Amino acid sequence: MTDATTTTPPRRMRLNLNVLGPLLAMVALIIIGATLNLSFLSAENLTNVAARSAFIGIIAVGMTFVITAGGIDLSVGAMAAFVAGVMIMVMNSLVPVMGAGVPLVLVGMAVALVVGIAAGLLNGVLISKVGIEAFIVTLGTMGIYRSLVTWLADGGTLSLDFALRGVYRPVYYDGILGLSWPIIVFAIVAIIGELAMRHTAFGRHCAAIGANEQVATYSAVKVARVRMATYAVLGMLVGLATIMYVPRLGSASGNTGVLWELEAIAAVIIGGTVLKGGFGRVWGTVVGVLILSLIGNILNLASIVSPYLNGAIQGVIVILAVVLQRERWSTTWKTWSPRAGSTRWSFFPSKASL
Amino acid sequence: MTDPVLSAEKVSRSFGPIQVLFDIDFDLCPGEVHALIGENGAGKSTMMKILGGYLDPTGGGLRMDGKPVSFADHRQAEAAGVIMIHQEFNLALQLTVEQNMFLGRELTRGPFLDHAAMQAESRRLLEALNCPLDPRLRISEISVPNRQMVEIARAMGRNAKVLIMDEPTAVLTGRETEILLDQIDRLRANGTAILYTSHKLDEIARIADRITVLRDGHLVAHASAADMTPDQMAEAMVGRELSDLFPEKNVAQTETVLEVENLTVPGHVRNASFTLRRGEVLGVAGLVGAGRTELMEGVVGLRNATGTVRVMGKPLPGGSVLAAREAGLVYLTEDRKDKGLLLGKSLRENLTLLALDKFTKVRIDKAAEDRALTKAFTDFDIRAGDREMHAGNLSGGNQQKLLLAKTMLADPDIVIIDEPTRGIDIGTKQQIYQFISRLAAEGKSVIVVSSELTEVMGLANRVMVMGRGYIAGELEGDAITENAILQLAMKKQDEEAVPA
Ligand SMILES: Nc1ncnc2c1ncn2[C@@H]1O[C@H](COP(=O)(O)OP(=O)(O)OP(=O)(O)O)[C@@H](O)[C@H]1O
Ligand SMILES: [Mg+2]
Repeated sequence: MTDATTTTPPRRMRLNLNVLGPLLAMVALIIIGATLNLSFLSAENLTNVAARSAFIGIIAVGMTFVITAGGIDLSVGAMAAFVAGVMIMVMNSLVPVMGAGVPLVLVGMAVALVVGIAAGLLNGVLISKVGIEAFIVTLGTMGIYRSLVTWLADGGTLSLDFALRGVYRPVYYDGILGLSWPIIVFAIVAIIGELAMRHTAFGRHCAAIGANEQVATYSAVKVARVRMATYAVLGMLVGLATIMYVPRLGSASGNTGVLWELEAIAAVIIGGTVLKGGFGRVWGTVVGVLILSLIGNILNLASIVSPYLNGAIQGVIVILAVVLQRERWSTTWKTWSPRAGSTRWSFFPSKASL
Repeated sequence: MTDPVLSAEKVSRSFGPIQVLFDIDFDLCPGEVHALIGENGAGKSTMMKILGGYLDPTGGGLRMDGKPVSFADHRQAEAAGVIMIHQEFNLALQLTVEQNMFLGRELTRGPFLDHAAMQAESRRLLEALNCPLDPRLRISEISVPNRQMVEIARAMGRNAKVLIMDEPTAVLTGRETEILLDQIDRLRANGTAILYTSHKLDEIARIADRITVLRDGHLVAHASAADMTPDQMAEAMVGRELSDLFPEKNVAQTETVLEVENLTVPGHVRNASFTLRRGEVLGVAGLVGAGRTELMEGVVGLRNATGTVRVMGKPLPGGSVLAAREAGLVYLTEDRKDKGLLLGKSLRENLTLLALDKFTKVRIDKAAEDRALTKAFTDFDIRAGDREMHAGNLSGGNQQKLLLAKTMLADPDIVIIDEPTRGIDIGTKQQIYQFISRLAAEGKSVIVVSSELTEVMGLANRVMVMGRGYIAGELEGDAITENAILQLAMKKQDEEAVPA
């Protein structure tokens, strides 16, 4: 340890917009929110923002790994709806057998995780073993899951057994130390994700594959397996998010989880993960999720801008985040674009990007 | 002497706090080949990029035809007739040869692209280089040396006033180099000013009119080529006298460590069998396209192959680089940019990628990684301005050393090195040769695939020569001569070819 600290010269101190950018944006939003509406800073409102972020947040952490490894998953919103639908149906059908108690809720949770992992694995196998583009595969499964849940609900809504709802409700509404369970679970997932990304071989391998798949292959990285794992982990996290989400409304329909995939991807990008892969950071994704929810929350509280413009403002933020990212590449990578040397992307240097 | 077309006056360049060029005066005259030589990281590529409009100098300036100029970007430099061929390729892999050759200056007829004219012109330029490639092939489908030929043909097609070539021959074999040098002769006769660099000093002696030597960013010598022998060049570069380039050869032990039997790599190699003994250095020679790289990639599981590979008597499962590594067999690629290093990642991450499990117990031990990096810096004499820099910002030769360090970190018993000294300066070459010899003396076994015959002859106990997809023969001891190798390489190639 001493070795490392004594021989490493101090890093160049540079105002790095890419690192600070998302944090500054979040602080700015909090200040704006506080000045516009006093109740914004109330504990109640802030925990509400955090709780609403939790579902997208849990998914976005998994999405960070997928994108870092050079992939994408468009199916997560539909997958969440499908998982919710299956979970509700299984639980309802078991009420006569097991009774509406805690064991049945646990069974439901297990079902959600298993279905999530299976759905993620399906994406992963099609992408890494069969070799179909991630965009195509997940566009396809997105349609499949979405229509399956609509079919299961027969075009309407699948509602959880009323007695079960009472048992399950605390998972969304209760918590400890004033924090509700979704927030706690989100925090744990984020911390594990951040550690995995920065400090484990899995995280390193994801970045290597995203940066240059060939180099990873030549470096004895099990490319197909790691890539498959990213989708499976994402599927599992979709299951986990669904577990936290179902007690909120107690139902699922064809409209559950609509556009979640876009919100999750947007959060990842705002957080500074490179869309083309090769670099990802989980803490950035967490900040990205919070930024997106804060915007919605502020628009709802303050009456200056119509809440209907929520999507527009989020869109501006995403584009801005990408512009800032590019600035970073161009100032620190002089002659290399983020994907120089990759097989799928190529570039020609010009001074504009040098 | 004619007036210079392009000259640099007191040019300096820094990257952040690190200065890599100091007050360099330099000029290029029409009809003259000016060679710029120096060790890895001396600043040759940086100087060339400044002249080619890819980088701005941080001090001093350029003159073109006597008038001060400052190129806003390389496009402006190209418009002024200054064309640069990069050390690292600059081709779009998914585009075809023709598309690459005309990228940004496509020929059109009315509103449409004139494919016929562009293809014909591409063919003509490639044929002038004796490289009959189909212009419709994608760059990703052609070999590394052929990519270099495409780069050169592209530059040749632009009627350059000034042509800057950064190690154009690093990936070429002797025959191809000869063709390129002939083309340079032709351009020189036509009045083109040429800036040339290479670590192959005999090449410099053959082609250069004037020589400038850089050491650590300083201009240390400037002379007419007639006044410098290759030995003097090497001394000026390194700053000390160089003893024998190749160390004494060791005697191989009798134990066989690697057996390859009837290995077939579809489309490239058919029924190759060979063995390797403990402590042996096996050289693999052959012309470009003979399938040397493909054979070795097949052996370590990077390509689909049939046949058996046994390491220490145990058969290796096919298709798994990890299994090969765990059995103690590693392969160092010839293509460091596309297959060897993550150019956008730090030196540390690159160094440990192959042997990451050695640094991991659930959590990666970053302190241990840092120690490994410090050790690699000294063991392999890697010169990096800054430990935190990206691998892509290392000079070409230092990238190669990093790649070597990365491979050796896996602590292999058998190392296959494809082009070990590509783009490496003469002083470091000597270090690498000694390193290979030391590995053999320690009882490890090394396969050296190389296009440089002197290297193969100077290092190997035994040389395996490949024709087109076949092992054409083996030479041992005193039988290893340049003539014998070339004859074997040519023989098979004329007889039969592997069906694709
Ligand atoms: N973009 C960059 N950022 C930081 N340092 C750089 C950058 N580009 C080059 N350098 C440093 O500048 C020095 C000179 O590099 P350069 O590529 O010019 O060397 P070179 O003489 O061409 O070496 P080689 O023979 O290995 O190609 C090296 O120490 C290199 O690490
Ligand atoms: Mg160079």
